[in-house]
Amino acid sequence: MAPAMDFSQSLRLIAPEELLSIAGLVLLLVAGWAGDKASRAISIAAVAVLVGAMALVAPALCNGAMGPETSAFGSQFRADAFASFAKLLIYGSAAVGLIVAPSFFEKFRAMRAEYPVLILFAAIGTGMMVSATDFLTLYIGLEMNSLASYVLAAFLRADDRSAEAGLKYFVLGALASGILLFGVSLTYGFTGSTGFEGVRAAMAGGLTTGMIFGIVFVLAGIAFKIAAVPFHMWTPDVYEGAPTPVTLFFATAPKVGAMGMLMRVALEAFGGQAGAWQQIVIFAAIASIVIGALGAIGQQNIKRLLAYSSINNVGFILIGLAVATPQGASAMLTYLAIYVAMTVASFVVVLLLKDEDGNSVESFADISGLSRTRPWLALAMASVMFSLAGIPPLFGFWGKFVVFQAAVAAGFVPLAAIGIAASVIGAFYYLKVVKVMYFDEPAGKVVGKGEVAHAALLVVTGLFLSPLGYLLTKWLGAMTDTAAAALFHVA
Amino acid sequence: MTGFPILSLMLLVPLAGAIACLVSGNQSARQIALVVTLVDLVLGILLWLNFDLSAGHPQWQFVEHVPLFAGFSWALGIDGIALMLIMLSVFLMPICIGASWESITKRQGEYYAAFLLMETLMIGVFTAQDLYLFYIMFEAGLIPMYLIIGIWGGADRIYASYKFFLYTLLGSVLMLIAMLWMVHEAGTTDIPTLMAYNFSAKAQTWLFLAFFASFAVKMPMWPVHTWLPDAHVQAPTAGSVILAGVLLKMGGYGFIRFSLPMFPEASAQFAWLVFALSMIAVVVTSLIALVQHDMKKLIAYSSVAHMAIVTIGLFAFNVQGLEGSMIVMLSHGLVSGALFLCVGIIYDRLHTREIDRYGGLSINMPKYALFFLLFTMASIGLPGTSGFVGEFLSLGGIYQVSSWVALVCTTGIILGAAYMLYLYRRVAFGDQKHADAAAMTDLTFRELAMVIPLGLAVLWMGVYPESFLAPMRADIAALDARVARAKPAGDAKVTAGQPGAHAQMSEHEEGAH
Repeated sequence: MAPAMDFSQSLRLIAPEELLSIAGLVLLLVAGWAGDKASRAISIAAVAVLVGAMALVAPALCNGAMGPETSAFGSQFRADAFASFAKLLIYGSAAVGLIVAPSFFEKFRAMRAEYPVLILFAAIGTGMMVSATDFLTLYIGLEMNSLASYVLAAFLRADDRSAEAGLKYFVLGALASGILLFGVSLTYGFTGSTGFEGVRAAMAGGLTTGMIFGIVFVLAGIAFKIAAVPFHMWTPDVYEGAPTPVTLFFATAPKVGAMGMLMRVALEAFGGQAGAWQQIVIFAAIASIVIGALGAIGQQNIKRLLAYSSINNVGFILIGLAVATPQGASAMLTYLAIYVAMTVASFVVVLLLKDEDGNSVESFADISGLSRTRPWLALAMASVMFSLAGIPPLFGFWGKFVVFQAAVAAGFVPLAAIGIAASVIGAFYYLKVVKVMYFDEPAGKVVGKGEVAHAALLVVTGLFLSPLGYLLTKWLGAMTDTAAAALFHVA
Repeated sequence: MTGFPILSLMLLVPLAGAIACLVSGNQSARQIALVVTLVDLVLGILLWLNFDLSAGHPQWQFVEHVPLFAGFSWALGIDGIALMLIMLSVFLMPICIGASWESITKRQGEYYAAFLLMETLMIGVFTAQDLYLFYIMFEAGLIPMYLIIGIWGGADRIYASYKFFLYTLLGSVLMLIAMLWMVHEAGTTDIPTLMAYNFSAKAQTWLFLAFFASFAVKMPMWPVHTWLPDAHVQAPTAGSVILAGVLLKMGGYGFIRFSLPMFPEASAQFAWLVFALSMIAVVVTSLIALVQHDMKKLIAYSSVAHMAIVTIGLFAFNVQGLEGSMIVMLSHGLVSGALFLCVGIIYDRLHTREIDRYGGLSINMPKYALFFLLFTMASIGLPGTSGFVGEFLSLGGIYQVSSWVALVCTTGIILGAAYMLYLYRRVAFGDQKHADAAAMTDLTFRELAMVIPLGLAVLWMGVYPESFLAPMRADIAALDARVARAKPAGDAKVTAGQPGAHAQMSEHEEGAH
């Protein structure tokens, strides 16, 4: 293949990134000139751009793109079905993060024009994380996402908690990046390559101690990003402190991105030596499930509770990785899709919890008896909670089901048994939310009304999480199987 | 009626009713619920009338199979065992609605919606022919029951609702792992196929234990029964009726549908465990029931004792035992439901379940005393009532396996008579100690409409159990044949009676020629 053709092919493969980058820069200029007055218009434009990017990304998944023809810029970037699946979730969540933001920030007179621009740049970086097939691309994507995220966490400049969240996220995120970079340099030093294929080829001949150190540090760095135990400590503080629309974004898009990145690194770069990292992942999975569940029990703030819940969910997703099979990878993607829907629904409910003056309420005491004052909102929240707990017939059960199915099929029966038994601990605090809303006397605090967009999001995610979601299992299964096959195609 | 998806319809009717109740709110929820449950009862009767009992009839009838989902299907179908349990469910539901008619005053829309959802899921459990579909229905029942106990229950309802939910959830999740393994091994989710699949004896051992964890909690067996008294006492009357009447039967149904036919060797291997737990349950919980001051708690403990009779019958590995267990389940569903209803009737008037607060009710409530006596006698197992038939068959079945188990379990009948008669004496006989209890009015038309059908059903099952045994006979025979290979040797050495002298003579004559 001639270099020129190669280059044009590469540019075609990154069309969604190009669209987002150019649109982001243009909107940045608009924001500079038009100022904060135009923030709503810029948000709308940014949502349109994200939808456009999703349309550009989708064909790769529908056509089951995989193999060398999806590789761009000399194997630094891959636009295959796997990346496509993850990017659909990422761009979709970013769009939701934009849709719910204006009404929240306007209350504080803090809706500024750079918010949609930052979200766009974060989305580009997150998308690059799942497409990266070289540690350098991966690092650039990660940092692009992180830099935008640090600013987003501290977006409410007047709020101490938000500033604290931004600072914590920055310090710990920088530390994680450092650990990751250290792992990458070790890996490069002992394998002689930063490309995933090169690393894989070098490891095929057996592992040296240096390579093992490289693997451990790389995985530790990524574990920070996905908030897996023992690198989870920042999550509750950041989730609580960050403005709720930003928390929604953090809990979805970067989580999918980091998880996709972890899958690519573990299964492609280190895929030939699964035995070397499986124990680490198994430990992280079980520890995340247990600590996520135990940590949530004492919480009084709903956002903190959801932070622990996300740690808990990451543990279940990691079980799919631990088995290191295409079925496991497919199960992880199914779980991620359902997890994104559950997270969006839960945070939209949190956004709708407002008192008479329109201030957000976040504590358990405030939502007590919600089922009597706002029955439909309470029903939505209860469905999400049962869904997160994995109780059928709600669709959250399906995510756990496929993950455990993959684990059992690969012979990891004890892991599956421990994981599912630990899920009962988690059920306790999800039940507590339902108990507060349904069994306790009404506090009558939540009266505020939401926007139509919130209600629409809640209806869509609610229907997806309802038993009707099972009708999608065949379609979803086909998609995730294609995506997982693309991931294993090189392997 | 072949081809008409009557089972799906029976599932959809209460589901649609539940949504209608939720939307309608307080105004007309109870009317909707009553109509919906009666429609489902009519559908159930049609189902029974159309159930093919001719010789050589197919085991699975009204089969539906739509591959709707990834990895599993919307597969429904029933045999005689499932039919009887469905009948029990649809029969009890209108009575539950009747029991709630006046006693539930707050949040009626949600209440009746939860009950109708419960009905959908109960029928779903008994009709599912797909392993995963069964699991989904089985587990989903936790949600409405959690809400029923937690919202409309008594003073200590929150503790009881948590205990109910977490206890039964922990029991079930391990079963899911076992199910995943079985499907991976056998390559099918079809329950009838799995019932004929032979798992290796080693695998059976832990598969059995995983299923046992779930069904034993649901049943409930001693020592994992402790959620039951709490849940029963705190639940509203109708909640107790449905809990005792149908939900407990899911455990027994699980044993008869999954544990025995799928893991016959392991069932035989662990029969001693089941016997031991059941013997302890019969004696211990009966003694506990004897000293209760709370009527609901007393009946709850008696439920545990009756369920133990079910489990010993199931693991007797013979036709009598299995048939007896099924009849005990059906009978207990009616009788304990009726007893909880009787408690509910006087609770609605005096708002206490304390036995000492009543007394001499036969003077001011003669009709009530009559029906309460009938159900008390049925619970004891008096001949002529449904309780006798079931217990006699179960104990006859177990006697062939172990006379010691039969002996210990029979003491349960004596103790049962003791605590039930003691309860009845304190409530209905004696002096009218309290003025407020003496002033209570007798049964109203609504209450009579609930207890009369129950009383008739109890007598019908006691006098002519053949109506209920006939649909199940072929299925139980098939199950007996399936588990025969693992049947443990009995200690009773029961033999058929000696042929008469005439038969022996003719044999000799033949030999002589």
